[in-house]
Amino acid sequence: MKEIINLPVSKIEEEEYHINMGPQHPSTHGVLRLVVSLQGEMVKSLKPHCGYIHRGIEKMCEKDTYPQLIHLTDRIDYLSAHINNHAVCLLVEKALEIEVPERVKYIRTIMDELARIQSHQLWWSSFGMDLGGLTCFFYGLRDREMILDIWEETTGSRFLQSYNCPGGVMQDLHPNFQKRVHAFIKTFKKKIKDYDRILSGNVIFEQRSQGVGMLSKEDAISYGVTGPSGRGSGWSCDIRKNEPYSMYGQVQFNEVLRYGCDTYSRYMVRMQEMHESMNIIEQLIDNIPAGDYSAKMKAVIKLPAGEYYQKVESARGELGLYVVSDGNKTPYRMKFRTPSFSNLSVLDHISRGMKIADLVAIGASLDLVIPDIDR
Amino acid sequence: MNSFLKYFTDIFHGVKSLLTGMSVTGRYFFSPGQIVTQQYPENRKTLQMFERFKGEVIMLHDSNNQHSCNGCGICENNCPNGSIEVIAARVPGEDGKPKRIIDRHIYHLGMCTFCGLCVKNCPSNALGYGQKFEHAVFDRARLTKVLNQPGSSIIKGVE
Repeated sequence: MKEIINLPVSKIEEEEYHINMGPQHPSTHGVLRLVVSLQGEMVKSLKPHCGYIHRGIEKMCEKDTYPQLIHLTDRIDYLSAHINNHAVCLLVEKALEIEVPERVKYIRTIMDELARIQSHQLWWSSFGMDLGGLTCFFYGLRDREMILDIWEETTGSRFLQSYNCPGGVMQDLHPNFQKRVHAFIKTFKKKIKDYDRILSGNVIFEQRSQGVGMLSKEDAISYGVTGPSGRGSGWSCDIRKNEPYSMYGQVQFNEVLRYGCDTYSRYMVRMQEMHESMNIIEQLIDNIPAGDYSAKMKAVIKLPAGEYYQKVESARGELGLYVVSDGNKTPYRMKFRTPSFSNLSVLDHISRGMKIADLVAIGASLDLVIPDIDR
Repeated sequence: MNSFLKYFTDIFHGVKSLLTGMSVTGRYFFSPGQIVTQQYPENRKTLQMFERFKGEVIMLHDSNNQHSCNGCGICENNCPNGSIEVIAARVPGEDGKPKRIIDRHIYHLGMCTFCGLCVKNCPSNALGYGQKFEHAVFDRARLTKVLNQPGSSIIKGVE
């Protein structure tokens, strides 16, 4: 210690040192450990250490039947639990060549978009909090509560719903569902203006996010940074648009693209996506057709032997499901391509040469969910 | 001159954006009607959960202390993590043949993930969800529950 104190200042600045950011750090939103190599305040490089919340979900899926493993996919990316469920159901239905009723498609699409909105709300809350605005956290969670109430009334759970099942959904919509969704959209359209007034135009926020964490389109493609993070670099990668599933082919919505490539663009993409999601819900909510909420399924679901792949747009990017079936009622191998894992891989590249305080902003703008990385 | 002007316009816009943000928080400060906080432990008596709320899995009993579970074990087979154990017994039936009835329906709340497959797949709709959500206990063993109430019997005609 004494030697370091006696060194001339210029010598100290040349010294490179490592600090651990996490596994318990408020801005990593979970148990993510980043070993950051610093020179002064500059980030030279960083190394993510994963595995603190690894539960072996892929292996656990191999012992569960297809209806059973759906509840495990809730726990991968818990903020888009509906979307993960949807992916499994789409895969099973594709493999068995089952056509689900029209009502199911409507319900699933509306639920997916609600999941996207609440995920972005929580992201906005924590983004504000990471940059020092605790007010954002309270406002975001307050508005998110309305969506959680909608879910609790229909599915019975606030957070990990397990609402989709192969062939349809577990229960029919609650009679109050449409009324509550209308009330939510009416309220949230007013509240999202507050979001913009507090954070989007704020001078401190702009200076901490504009020009920070530049991710070029080429890098986004080569690292596989999908979702809003990739679209902030101008990469058109929205699966809802490119390979529509459920009702996405029949509703009008814009793919939000920004070309700024920085943290601010990724922020603006998500803010705009909340408007687009509300737009999609408004088109569907009044036209839900009557009918069954589930197709007739066999008691034991066996996928024909072969390989299947299904991808959906989760709130964080492309969620891919790869299943190898040997004809049994359990999958032989199940692989999840989770968006946060790919998005984390680019963190080292885009935070080099930035200040350590910018690293917090960059990490927040990638919207990492740690169980999604480790699964 | 230009950079000089920009310096002051930047300051002006900065102060303006901060005041805009503070006006939002100030508005909430002066309108207490918009407060949404629930005073949780105090409002326990009036707190109503939604009717579909998944608090815990229960066996539905009617006023005569009768349930409709015949101990088929479909819930046990459907459970992904072994939260349910159905222990059946055989008793002589009215026609002299041994009849399968339920002895104990054991439910491990500590292992349950609330996927809802047991309730959905029960052929006689014997299971349902309870509204209780305060499950914290000091001893893990208390999370293991027997769902069929003592002295209960099966509703006639369900078997």
